[in-house]
Amino acid sequence: MADISFMLLIFFLVATTMDTDKGLFRMLPPYQDPTEQQEDIKVLDKNLFVVLVNKDDKLMVEKKPMNFRELRKSCKEFLLNMNNDESDKRYPGYTEESIPGIGKVKVTKAIVSIQNDRSTSYEKYIEVQNEIIAAYNEVKDVYSLKYFKKPFKDLKENQQDIIKQIIPQKISEAEPKNIGGK
Amino acid sequence: MAQFRSKEKKTPPAISTQSLPDIIFMLIFFFMVSTTMRESTLLVKKPHLPRATEHVTLEKKSLVSNIYISAPSLQYQKLYGTQPVIQLNEAIEDVSKIAKFVELEKESMPANDRSQMIVSLKVDSKAKMGIVTDVKQELRKANALKISYSVVPKN
Repeated sequence: MADISFMLLIFFLVATTMDTDKGLFRMLPPYQDPTEQQEDIKVLDKNLFVVLVNKDDKLMVEKKPMNFRELRKSCKEFLLNMNNDESDKRYPGYTEESIPGIGKVKVTKAIVSIQNDRSTSYEKYIEVQNEIIAAYNEVKDVYSLKYFKKPFKDLKENQQDIIKQIIPQKISEAEPKNIGGK
Repeated sequence: MAQFRSKEKKTPPAISTQSLPDIIFMLIFFFMVSTTMRESTLLVKKPHLPRATEHVTLEKKSLVSNIYISAPSLQYQKLYGTQPVIQLNEAIEDVSKIAKFVELEKESMPANDRSQMIVSLKVDSKAKMGIVTDVKQELRKANALKISYSVVPKN
């Protein structure tokens, strides 16, 4: 009996692996044929939070060089502040939307745009993605504490959907191009 | 007083092995539950995955297909060089093969799951974005839009 079970045990030890797959989940935009004329969607400059990563893994955020450690904070600030004043270039605009269960709330028009070079290292790219997603998650927590008095992960599924409507996660990745040569 | 101590040396009683099968079975069940089957042999070096904090766990294994991007392992370096390459299933392939790969993977899934297919990109952190971008473009063309950048959890 013990011999048979030992044999089975060794089989499972050899044939299986322990690692579970964890990852940053993203949706890609559908493919657009570059030969077809596409109507450019106009996005106001002030609604965009532009993150550039160059070939030396250096960051440029909103046309200014930025230390990597400040990225999350400044992205969070961008997502939480909004005004519809055209002259204010720092923060994005918003739309008033009535959401069932809460009422009228301001929904930010913010879009985070990440652009990278072909020579950017994958490690840096993931770090930037991670910081942006972290900023969104922190903002979600801010809103869920405000409306439901609980952190986002403790909310029920329909409550999570409401929060997701208040702060839609819009991360745009530009079509690949070479910034600053090979 | 000496007669209290017996003459021959006492041997300790043997450990009972009656419960041994039970213990081994317990171990088997532990391994059966906590591990998953090894999918494919790696022809590339095991990717050194980047670290991230905001990860989610991919629950449904049957929906996930893997694409590895890493430097070829030593015995293939003569053939493919040392720069990161793409491994689909059991072979190192060119970027242009990804559409075919996605099609085959989708066919092997139940029909109503096909739209939910997730491609898990296991990319070495040393790789450059160029090759990753190419793969992403091909995935967009193949209409496999749900992707996951495989990472190692940080703290």
